[in-house]
Amino acid sequence: MSALACEGLTVGYGGAPVIDALDLDIAEGAVVALLGANGAGKTTLLRALTGLVPLRTGRIALHGRDLTAESTEDRVRSGLALVPEGRSVVVELTVDENLRLGGLWRHRRKALDAAAEDMYALFPALDRRRRAPGHTLSGGERQMLALARALLARPRVLLLDEPSLGLAPKATAQLLGVLRATAARTGLTVLLAEQNVTGALSVADRGVVLSLGAVAADRPAADLAADPALRHAYLGF
Amino acid sequence: MDRFVFLAAAGLARGAVLALFALSLVIVWRTARAVNFAQAAMAAAAVYAAFAVTAATGSYWAGLATGLAAGALLGAGAERGLMRRLPAHAPLPGIIVAIGLVMVLQAGLAIAFGPEHRPMHPPFSQRPFLIGGVPVLSPYDLFTLAAAAAVMAALALLFNRTPLGLQLRAAAFAPETARLLGVRVPRMATLGWALSVAAASLAALLLVPTELGLNPHAVDLLFVNAFAVAVIGGLDSPAGALLAGIGTGLLVSLVTGYVSASAAPLAVLALMTLVLLVRPGGLLAPKEARTA
Amino acid sequence: MSTPLRALLLTVLAIGGTFGLDPFRNYQLATAAACFAAVAGLTVLVGLTGQLSLGHAVLMAAGGYGFASAASAVDGPWPVALLAGLVAAAAASGALGLLLGAAAARLRGPYLAGLTLALVIALPAAANTLPLGGDQGVRAPFLPVPEPLAALIAVEQWHAWLAIATAAVAVTPLVMLRNGRAGLRMRAVLDDETASRLSGVDPGPVKAGAFAASAVPAGLGGAALAIATQQVTPGGYGLGFSLLLVVAAVAGGLGSIGGAAIGAVLVTVLPWGLDELAALAPDGLGRRLDGNLAVLLFGAGLIALTTAWPGGAARLLDRLRAARPLRLATPSTTTER
Repeated sequence: MSALACEGLTVGYGGAPVIDALDLDIAEGAVVALLGANGAGKTTLLRALTGLVPLRTGRIALHGRDLTAESTEDRVRSGLALVPEGRSVVVELTVDENLRLGGLWRHRRKALDAAAEDMYALFPALDRRRRAPGHTLSGGERQMLALARALLARPRVLLLDEPSLGLAPKATAQLLGVLRATAARTGLTVLLAEQNVTGALSVADRGVVLSLGAVAADRPAADLAADPALRHAYLGF
Repeated sequence: MDRFVFLAAAGLARGAVLALFALSLVIVWRTARAVNFAQAAMAAAAVYAAFAVTAATGSYWAGLATGLAAGALLGAGAERGLMRRLPAHAPLPGIIVAIGLVMVLQAGLAIAFGPEHRPMHPPFSQRPFLIGGVPVLSPYDLFTLAAAAAVMAALALLFNRTPLGLQLRAAAFAPETARLLGVRVPRMATLGWALSVAAASLAALLLVPTELGLNPHAVDLLFVNAFAVAVIGGLDSPAGALLAGIGTGLLVSLVTGYVSASAAPLAVLALMTLVLLVRPGGLLAPKEARTA
Repeated sequence: MSTPLRALLLTVLAIGGTFGLDPFRNYQLATAAACFAAVAGLTVLVGLTGQLSLGHAVLMAAGGYGFASAASAVDGPWPVALLAGLVAAAAASGALGLLLGAAAARLRGPYLAGLTLALVIALPAAANTLPLGGDQGVRAPFLPVPEPLAALIAVEQWHAWLAIATAAVAVTPLVMLRNGRAGLRMRAVLDDETASRLSGVDPGPVKAGAFAASAVPAGLGGAALAIATQQVTPGGYGLGFSLLLVVAAVAGGLGSIGGAAIGAVLVTVLPWGLDELAALAPDGLGRRLDGNLAVLLFGAGLIALTTAWPGGAARLLDRLRAARPLRLATPSTTTER
C-alpha cells in the first residue's frame, strides 16, 4: 500500500528546474533515507510535497488520494507532517505551547493533554523545560521539540529535513533512535533527508539518492551502506 | 486640587478608551503584521451602523451589538477582499490601500449621511458623581472604564490561554511553521483583523457620545492619539498599549484643563517624539528595534 | 539635453501656455504648479527611499507661513519681497523636513507614516499655540502685475507665471539630485540597508537628507500657493490635502517626476470637475457630493491601482536603475509598467 507517491514532479524557480520529472513511491511503514549533495534538491522536494513551493507539473498522492491542489495546512490535516530544516521552533512561544500547537487540529482538550504527556515521556529533556521560552533552548533541544511537535499530531507520513544538522553526535544518535523506535512501534512512514549518510542509512530500510533534481539511485539501505562502490559512485565517499 | 482630581478622573476614562483603541492596533499588528490606517474610518462606519439601529429600534444595546458586528465584518472583509492580495513583506502597498479605504469610507459616509454632527445619547448619565463635593466620574465614565477593562481582559485571555489564541499568535509569529502544524493561517489573519476592528469600534462607540456628535471625521483624532499611544507603548506590547493609553489619557486631560484644548495634540506629539528619541523600541517593546 | 536646460524649456513652454487660458484656468494652473512641486518631492521620497510621508501638506504649510511672514515683513520692491519670501519658505520647510527626517531615519514603514500623520493633526493646534494667526491664518502679500506688463496680462496669469517659475526652481535641483550620486545612495539604501552600510553608505543621514530634500520643494510649493491665494490657513493644509498629494504621487508612478506633474493636474482639476457635475444633482444630494465625490473616486482609484500593480513602485525603480534619461511623461510612458 503506497503511503506517499509523486509522479512527474517538476519544480523550478524560473529557468532550469530544481526537481526534474521525479517519480517516487514510498510504501506504508517504510523508512526511506533521501540522500544527495547540497543543492541536489532534497529540501525542495520535501517542500514541494508539503505544498510550500508550487509545482510546475506533477501529481502528489497521500495513501492514494490526490493532494496536488491542497494547501499546506490541509495536507497536514490529512496526515502528512514535515519537520523543516533549521530553526522551526517558534521562539516567542514556550516549549509547552510549541508542543501543543502541533496537536491542536488533531486532539480535543483531554486527548491533547494525554498526547503531550506521551511526548514528554519520550523526550525527558523537554519535560524539564515546559515553561521555558523557545529562544532559551539549545539547538539539540529545539530539534527534539520540533520532532515531538510533529509526532504529537500522530501523522501517518513524516518528512524530516536534515534533523541532525548542527547537532552533536550524541544528540543525533538520540534523535534518530527515537525516530526509529517510534516508526517501528507505530508503523509510521518516514522520509528522512540527510547529509549524515551513515546515520540515515542506519535507521532506514531504503536509500534514495538525488542528483540534480532526479533520482540517481534507489537501493536497499543495507546495500548502500555496505557497498563501497555504490557509495562512492552516488555519495562521493 | 479639586480640579486635578476631576481632570485626572476624566483622563482615566479617556485613557481607557485610548488604551482599547491602541490595543486594537496592537492586535492587528501582532496577528497580521500590519498597521490598519483605516481603523478609524472603519470604526466610524461601525458607529454609524450602531447609530442607525439605535435610531430605528430605540435600544442602545442593540445598536452596540450592531456596531461590534459591523466592525468585525468590515475588518474581515477588508482582509479577505483587499489586504490578502498584497505582497506580504512590503508595508507600503498596505498603507496606501488603507489610505484609499479611508477616503472611500469617509467620503461615502459623508455622502450617505451628510456632514452634520449627530448627537448620540449615552445609556447612562454623564453627570459626574460628587465625592466630598468634588466632581469625579460620571456613571457613563464608569461604564466606559468597565467595558474597556472587560474587553481588554477578555482579549488577553483569548490570546494567552485558549487554543485559538495560540493559533493566532503562532500564525503571526511564524506563518510557515504554523501551516506545517495544521494551522489555517489565512483564516487566522482574517480573524485577527475582525477582532481588531471590533475592538476599535467599541472604543469609538464609547467615545462618540462624549463628543460633539457623530460625523465622518469623529474618530480621526482618536486614531492619531491611539496610534501615538501604540507607538509609545511599543506596537508589539498589549501591556504597553494599556499603560501608555492611561498615561496619555491623563496627559491630554491635564493639558486640556490647565493649558488649552488645542495644545493637547501638541503635547501628544511631543511625548511621542520624546519617547522615540530616547527609546526607539517603545517603552515596553522587546529588544527588536522599531524597524517594522 | 542637460536638466537645467530642459527645465528652462519646459518653463518657457508653460508660461507661453498661460496666454491661452482664461483667468480661472490660470488660477488652477497656479495651484497645480504648486502641487506639482510638493508631489515631486513626495514621489522622490517615497519612490527612492521608501519613506511614506502622510504630512507633506504640513511642509507646504511651513513654506507658506514662511513666505507670508517674510514677504510681508520686507519693505521694498516686489522682487525683494518675493525672494525673501521664497528663501524663508525653503528655510522653514527644509528645517522641518530635516527634523522629521532625523526622527524618520530611525523608523520605518507604518511608524514613520504615523508620525507624519500626527503632524498633520497637530497643525491646527500649532497654529493656535504658536503666533501663526490661529484658524484665520495669515495673509500673504498680494503681488500685483508689474507696471510694464500691466496692460498685457491679468493678475491670475501673473500669479501663474510666478507659481510656474517657483515650481521650476523647486523641482530642477531635485531632479539633478535624484539623477546624481545622492540618488544612487538613496536607491542603495532602499534596496538593502545592511549592504549599503557595508559599502560605507550610512542609511540614517541618507534617509534624513532625502526627507529634507523632498521638504524644500514642498515648502516652495506652499509659497506658490500663498502667492496664488494670498492666504495661509491650517484648514487649507489638512489631512485631506495630504492624502491628495499621496494620491497624486501614486497615480503618476512613485519616483517619476513627470508622473508627479500628471498627478498634480489630476488632483487639482478632477475635484473641480466632479464638483461641477455634483452641482447638477438635486439640491440635497448635490451638496453632499460636493467635495466628497472626488475623494471617493480618488480613494477607489488608489485601491484599484495599488491592488492591481502592487509592485508598480518596484518596477519603476528598476527602470530608474537602468538610468534612463528623464522624460516628460507621455501617455505611453505612464501606462507602461
